[in-house]
Amino acid sequence: MLEGILLGLSTAFSITNILMVIGGCLIGTFIGMLPGLGPMSIIAIMIPVAISLGDPSAALILLAGVYYGAIFGGSTSSILLNAPGVAGTVATSFDGYPMARQGKAGKALTIAAIASFCGGTIGAILLMIFAPTLSSVALLFHSAEYFALMVVGLSAIAAFAGSGQVAKALMMTILGLMMATVGEGALFNMPRFTMGLMDLQSGFGFITLAMAMFALPEALYLVLDPKRSAQGEDNSGEIKDLRITPKEAKSIAPVIGRQSLQGFFIGVLPGAGATIASFLGYAVERNIAKKEEQEEFGKGSIKGLAAPETANNAACTGSFVPLLTLGIPGSGTTAILLGALIALNVTPGPRLMVDEPQIFWSVIISMYLGNLILLILNLPLIPYIAKILSVPRNYLIPFILFFTLMGAYIGQNNATELLLLVGFGICATILRFADFPLAPLLIGFILGRMLEDNFARAMQLSDGIGFILDRPMTLGLLIIAALLVLLPSYRARRARLRQAGVADGD
Amino acid sequence: MALDRWIALVLLGICLAYGYAAFFTMDQGLPPFMQRNPIWPSTFPKVLAVMGVLASLVIIFGLEKTSTPRDEAPSVMVYRALKDFHIWPALALLGLMVAYALLLRPAGFILSTIGFLVIGSAILGERRWLVMLVVSGFATGIVWYLVQVVLGIFLRPLPMGF
Repeated sequence: MLEGILLGLSTAFSITNILMVIGGCLIGTFIGMLPGLGPMSIIAIMIPVAISLGDPSAALILLAGVYYGAIFGGSTSSILLNAPGVAGTVATSFDGYPMARQGKAGKALTIAAIASFCGGTIGAILLMIFAPTLSSVALLFHSAEYFALMVVGLSAIAAFAGSGQVAKALMMTILGLMMATVGEGALFNMPRFTMGLMDLQSGFGFITLAMAMFALPEALYLVLDPKRSAQGEDNSGEIKDLRITPKEAKSIAPVIGRQSLQGFFIGVLPGAGATIASFLGYAVERNIAKKEEQEEFGKGSIKGLAAPETANNAACTGSFVPLLTLGIPGSGTTAILLGALIALNVTPGPRLMVDEPQIFWSVIISMYLGNLILLILNLPLIPYIAKILSVPRNYLIPFILFFTLMGAYIGQNNATELLLLVGFGICATILRFADFPLAPLLIGFILGRMLEDNFARAMQLSDGIGFILDRPMTLGLLIIAALLVLLPSYRARRARLRQAGVADGD
Repeated sequence: MALDRWIALVLLGICLAYGYAAFFTMDQGLPPFMQRNPIWPSTFPKVLAVMGVLASLVIIFGLEKTSTPRDEAPSVMVYRALKDFHIWPALALLGLMVAYALLLRPAGFILSTIGFLVIGSAILGERRWLVMLVVSGFATGIVWYLVQVVLGIFLRPLPMGF
């Protein structure tokens, strides 16, 4: 492990990679601050740039930097404007915005930055401990277990979609998997579902799909519903006094400690991610706070601000565990990162640590660096970066649309791809209207090929579907997957029956 | 019927078409040696088609139980708010994107991009033409430089024939 860390240090501390972290964090903060634009859109827009770098370590470091930056930027707009750019920072606005209203915007930003820094850093330490262990276990897996594990991951993502949403999330995952089967795969050497179209021979472009699923609908939504970009009272003009007192530091320290751990482990679960971690972190801290402190929550409590901020950053780091060790993304954002890595001919998974340790370790080291940069570079710059919040939407939206078009064009160098982008974008917007979650579609699309490859290999090895019974672990995982999908519906049904007084709770 | 169920109906159609291709047409040209394999190119799609049909039926018939009443579901609420949405500017911007896709090669990057950004802002209600021209001209120049020179991807700057 020490060897790996040293290798990671030497890779991450090269001039190019340091510049990548700084650039990524700044760009992420910049765009993440814009209300309505989440990290997925920003990363989707940045992918063509990252891929054209050619170096997988640099690309992943850049994108990871953008990811942290976006989360940090999202907190800033939550605190200053009460307009969270990211779902993961909604809980930040509960106490951050009241603080800003009381003229303590500077203090709120400092607490957010320190909490993010600690959450991210402790998360990175936990990642360093758990990822190699999990990787070595995962090396024992065969195709059958891999297939089952991916099914569990996909089911968990559907199961976490929320009440009444499981079927929709499942439908989207299946649609994503179906889209992945279009084109000529390496497995069978014959085109499938191309409808005779040459343009579909190589399948759908991943960048086009990522842009169409996230960046385009978000921009269109800003046009359709101007209330979404309507901003609360702008407090960015009064950012002063960034210091916090030792007493305040002492009171948030245990919150940060608890939420780093809790956030990290929630982040590791597929489908849970930063949003659930931040809401749960807020709720837990409110419940265990002293009576008089509980009253403060929602009115500008520093604990209420530190909890979701720590948790969402720790969860972001945690979500890298399944990506780096199993090659299974647990969230839309990590799915996009996985797509970028595949485009660069790197397959994340347990072999990544063995075959390409420099990528694995440099990404982890760059996480420390990224968190440090957010703390020492972005925090003092915030009053200036916050000026972007005053860019009028009449200029902003055409630019966002232009960048999605450019991204798709650069990715495939093909004007037909732009038409596909618009077509998919319209479909994605309509799906969003109807509350169909889009992240599972992209995750399904990206995992589709791997899922089918492992399924095929398992089938070939045991000459049929018998592989499910041959290996008890496969069967166990598949049963877990089925339970994950069926349980939410069963519980909601019981809750309804109980409400109606039909059944007594047991 | 709310929008989500209509969409599920469309998705059911897609799954049926996909399933038809997987079950009936795909294996026709399969070479005999591949037919002895336990897995065919159509195996995985068949599984997906069946699951897709089941999932869309669950949505269409509202079989999934929720703890909240259907009237409070976000999809139903968004559907009701549709009439307050600014549909026309959004459609105009989509049309503009299609026009951009078609004109990018023949009209060249600089002209089509400046046109896209200026018309896009105009659709959203901006009327300071000079500012719009300067901002989009400047941005176009920077992006062209970055893509062409830094990333090394060819983008024809001028219209065809120049």
